Amino acid sequence: MARDLEEYLRPEVQTTPFCPGCGHGILMGLLLRAVDELALDMDRVLFVSGIGCAAWIPSPHFNADTLHTLHGRAIPFATGAKLFNPELTTIVVSGDGDLTSIGGNHLIHAARRNIDLTVICANNMIYGMTGGQVASTSPLGALTSTTMEGNIYRPFDLCKLVKAAGAAYVARFSVTQPLSVISAIKKGINTEGFSFIEVLSPCPIQFGRRNRLDTPAAIVERLHEQCISLEEAGVLSPEELEDRIITGEFVHGGA
Amino acid sequence: MRYRVVQSIFPPGNYYFSGNEAVAEGAIAAGCRYYAGYPITPSSEIMERISVRFQKGGGVFIQMEDEIGSICSVIGASWAGAKAMTATSGPGFSLMMEAIGYAAFTETPIVVVDIQRAGPGTGQATRVGSGDVMQTKWGSHGDYQVIAHSPWSVQEMYDFIIKAFNMAEQYRVPSFVLADEAVGHLREKIVIKETVEVCDRVKRPGAAPFDTEEEGGIPPMPSFGEGERLLVTGSTHDAYGFRKTDDPNVHARLVSRLHKKVMDHRDEIVDVEGYYLDDDLEGLVVSYGFTARSALFAVQRLRSDGVRVGMMRLKTLWPFADRVVAEVSKRTKKIFVPEMNMGQVAGEVMKYACCEVITYNQTNGEVIHPHTILEEMRRIL
Ligand code: SF4
Repeated sequence: MARDLEEYLRPEVQTTPFCPGCGHGILMGLLLRAVDELALDMDRVLFVSGIGCAAWIPSPHFNADTLHTLHGRAIPFATGAKLFNPELTTIVVSGDGDLTSIGGNHLIHAARRNIDLTVICANNMIYGMTGGQVASTSPLGALTSTTMEGNIYRPFDLCKLVKAAGAAYVARFSVTQPLSVISAIKKGINTEGFSFIEVLSPCPIQFGRRNRLDTPAAIVERLHEQCISLEEAGVLSPEELEDRIITGEFVHGGA
Repeated sequence: MRYRVVQSIFPPGNYYFSGNEAVAEGAIAAGCRYYAGYPITPSSEIMERISVRFQKGGGVFIQMEDEIGSICSVIGASWAGAKAMTATSGPGFSLMMEAIGYAAFTETPIVVVDIQRAGPGTGQATRVGSGDVMQTKWGSHGDYQVIAHSPWSVQEMYDFIIKAFNMAEQYRVPSFVLADEAVGHLREKIVIKETVEVCDRVKRPGAAPFDTEEEGGIPPMPSFGEGERLLVTGSTHDAYGFRKTDDPNVHARLVSRLHKKVMDHRDEIVDVEGYYLDDDLEGLVVSYGFTARSALFAVQRLRSDGVRVGMMRLKTLWPFADRVVAEVSKRTKKIFVPEMNMGQVAGEVMKYACCEVITYNQTNGEVIHPHTILEEMRRIL
């Protein structure tokens, strides 16, 4: 990570726990870049996370108030803190399994209530920390430790889900689109109301290894090829869109 | 002591309240300013009353999507500086258990009111039971300590919720009011005094929030937004909150301090009330909650018949009154424990008593009638 962001890290923390090539390290840097560009006062920022690899992005690394909670429950913990102290810029950072499977009900209700939280979902499409089991975001056919013959269930389109629930700002980008990720996080934080930013973050170890994307480079390259902007997607047929991931801002909110 | 005396928010005087109404008012008097809940019979009136009372300002109320969300938001609010609570009943209480363990491990002061109904499962949603005694203490995984109060009247619903808040703050633990449906829905006179004694959490900027050299073992507790840059985690952590999950010493030290900070103070926390205990007794009733009202009737009737019986009422259930039970059991031949469960407190009494312990268990959704206790005692004495 760039030296100029070091002030946002706790001095006691020397290393990150992420596997080599994990997208979470990149996302960590992009999130801090957004915080830096917004010149947020870290004494007034609260980061809340659940359980899993992505939950370790803020905790213990970020030199701010950090609340590392229970699996799936980051959003209600954040809701309580934010409602009681609205002065806190409250940012939830967690994984797809945490926020959208076990925590799915909290996610849609928080979006419906439009409470002023910024939720960043690091989507690696699999359960990383627990050993590569299928997630509610794993693509059809994905090989995981619990779908050795290919995932038979459709994945959630998280942005559509949260948009339908009424979020004020909704965007999806990949860590291969760093400037867009930074800009989306900034907009999310600046939007009054519930903001949801899905960041595709490759997991070379648990997802890549099983799905013929053996190296970090291969999985990043694949993600890069798959991502397509909203505008580009508009002119393509459903067949052409199969296997593509649409990125962009789906709800603009007041930002 | 960090207690301070404040004016009662509710106009002092005599009132005719239900237990659930009284607990809501007591919470506000104790300084509760955050409430999150989810509807469940027979506790919902607490949430309804607080929602109305907070409307006029002074507190944050939210009806969450479920009990898990409710208790998690209560913990989040507590770290943001609130005296925070929720209320529920059996099945909702079960859903909260994981977060209660989290609160114990992160030393988060929270208050939970459980208006017990008959279980297990959905059970008899509208009927009475006392089946959550063990769940309160052992419902979450791992070893931890909590404080639980057991009111038998509407007045105690008001008084004990204040104690529950004060002890949650003082010891940094989850603290409970464990009432029976019969007390929650009971209507009777209560007296609201002019002043309330409240306890606030200790703050000491820069001090370690998860360990302390101080006597008592209760570290100061800062809040989010105060510039302390807190690191709060439900994983095993060191004094400043850094995850130390593979250090056996850190885990052992933490778990043992969390245990000791409550158990070393149990003489101050444990509250019992004795009736006719000065005698050399033929029998002693150990009772708690609504059942104690029936038990006291039976004991008084037997005494007027000249039978040497006494009674001990447990006003707190956790930590358990182990030393008191051990002590009084020396003065009686038999201890009788009537309960609206299959013997949850009787089991604890057996652990510490040095005399015979006889149980009466009733789990049919009805309160134990005074005459039932009277008959049972006549039979065994
Ligand atoms: S398991 Fe996957 S998501 Fe977790 S740190 Fe490793 S690469 Fe990243």
